[in-house]
Amino acid sequence: MATTNSRSLARLMLLPSVALLLVWMIVPLCMTLYFSFLDYNLLSPGNEEFIGFLNYEFFLTDPAFFESFFNTLLLVGGVLVITLGGGIGLAVLLDQAIWGRNYVRIMVLAPFFVMPTVSALVWKNMLMNPVNGLFAHFANWIGVTPVDFFAQIPLLSIIIIVSWQWLPFAALILLTAIQSLDREQLEAADLDGAGPFSKFFYIVLPHLSRAVTAVILIETIFLLSIFAEILVTTSGGPGYESTNITYLIYTQSLLQFDVGGGSAGGIVAVIIANIVAIFLMRLIGKNLEG
Amino acid sequence: MAINNSNKSKLIYTFLAWTIGGLIFFPILWTLITSFKTEAEAISSSPSLFMFDWTLENYADVLSRSPYFTHFWNSIVISLGSSILGLLIAIPAAWSMAFVQTKRTKNLLMWMLSTKMLPPVGVLIPIYLVFRDFGLLDTKLGLVIVMTLINLPIMVWMLYTYFREIPNEILEASRMDGATIGEEIFHVLLPIALPGIASTLLLNVILAWNEAFWTLILTAANAAPLTAFIASYSSPEGLFYAKLSAASAMAIVPILILGWFSQKQLVRGLSFGAVK
Repeated sequence: MATTNSRSLARLMLLPSVALLLVWMIVPLCMTLYFSFLDYNLLSPGNEEFIGFLNYEFFLTDPAFFESFFNTLLLVGGVLVITLGGGIGLAVLLDQAIWGRNYVRIMVLAPFFVMPTVSALVWKNMLMNPVNGLFAHFANWIGVTPVDFFAQIPLLSIIIIVSWQWLPFAALILLTAIQSLDREQLEAADLDGAGPFSKFFYIVLPHLSRAVTAVILIETIFLLSIFAEILVTTSGGPGYESTNITYLIYTQSLLQFDVGGGSAGGIVAVIIANIVAIFLMRLIGKNLEG
Repeated sequence: MAINNSNKSKLIYTFLAWTIGGLIFFPILWTLITSFKTEAEAISSSPSLFMFDWTLENYADVLSRSPYFTHFWNSIVISLGSSILGLLIAIPAAWSMAFVQTKRTKNLLMWMLSTKMLPPVGVLIPIYLVFRDFGLLDTKLGLVIVMTLINLPIMVWMLYTYFREIPNEILEASRMDGATIGEEIFHVLLPIALPGIASTLLLNVILAWNEAFWTLILTAANAAPLTAFIASYSSPEGLFYAKLSAASAMAIVPILILGWFSQKQLVRGLSFGAVK
């Protein structure tokens, strides 16, 4: 009897979370789906009509979509390569016996806690500005022409800023994983005469594979939705050179008021994110059983 | 010999780690230092790290010329409000999943996780229109609701992993002694789980404080938290590096300090238990 009671109580306690998330996820998503089949502009309300897949056709054949899709891939891929490479390096380094390791870890971790608008504006103005920025001063000092970051290499500049924000996350996760490595394995490898490189490639790296996968998937989820960094630095420009899919949909929906087109774009973004999500869920699901 | 060698490599690694750590931290350090410079010194072509006339005028300027404290207060209300509201909803759910496991528990957890993966642009327009129609645009209440919902899955997950570590025997013993469910939660479970709950609160305050999609889109002058206030510096007028630095410093220092306390929870919370 007590168990039936506590079971129904348990269900009752789950209800608020489940109901809220269900409403939060299903209702707006259905509305987006519905809007995506309408010719609906906020500037001419009351004229909505059903136009089938026309919004999708326009969105998917728009050159801006291809450019921002490609930019999204470059942004996500670039940041992943930099943060994983740097993260593994940092994790191995911080795992060594060093003086003041805790202080170094605090410094390395700090950028993760800086809000995106602050980090983007600090990098844009104080470091990357072609006239008054620190990089420009440095370039002048060694006698080369300063780079005009956001005019010449807008997407790469954003990749650099976002990598700086996410490197701490990758390093911290990987460091946590490295520290759970069985030290006896390494000692045994030492006795067998393994060098530092074979130890890294045959023992450390395989041990990290799980954490590396986790970093890739979690970062991808967040990186697909990069928004603030683009808004306050380039506003997606010049042209569409630094526009990603999230930013493209934002401009279509809230700057051009094209609800139908923006919704079609939103559904496309959901489908892209789902492909990534399936892999992430498998990884975490496996962990739940263990 | 051996000791000498290992000391030598320790010295090299230490030097390397401090150099790289210093470089990564430098943009933050530079912001803090620039916030104490005059505007002229802030853009000087021979910038100085410490040798300049330290001044507090930028802080005074930011505080007097803009409603800085309004935005600061908005940030506090939104991040703390959504975290506490989230806890109230998430604790019962996590409790029931951790202690009354059913066949569906795992699927339910995975489903909650999947809502976190929904890209915000997928629901941007409906949320915007619903907020407009209900008068929630540019209100703190509206943002508290959104922040609670987007962080709810992380909260349930984090609490679940903490609650799972509490041995069931303790709860059973209290039930044998005749404790009601309410007593069980408030007198037995909560005291043991308090560190985990505090960590969950801390991480979610940080995440909500720094959230910069919904806060930028759903707010204007009234409910804008610091993320949106700082974004207004993207269209500057005149000299503003030192003032940008001062405003930024005030926005990030409180959360940096909180963040350093939450290093371990960060790994657990953001990897959804995949890395412990």
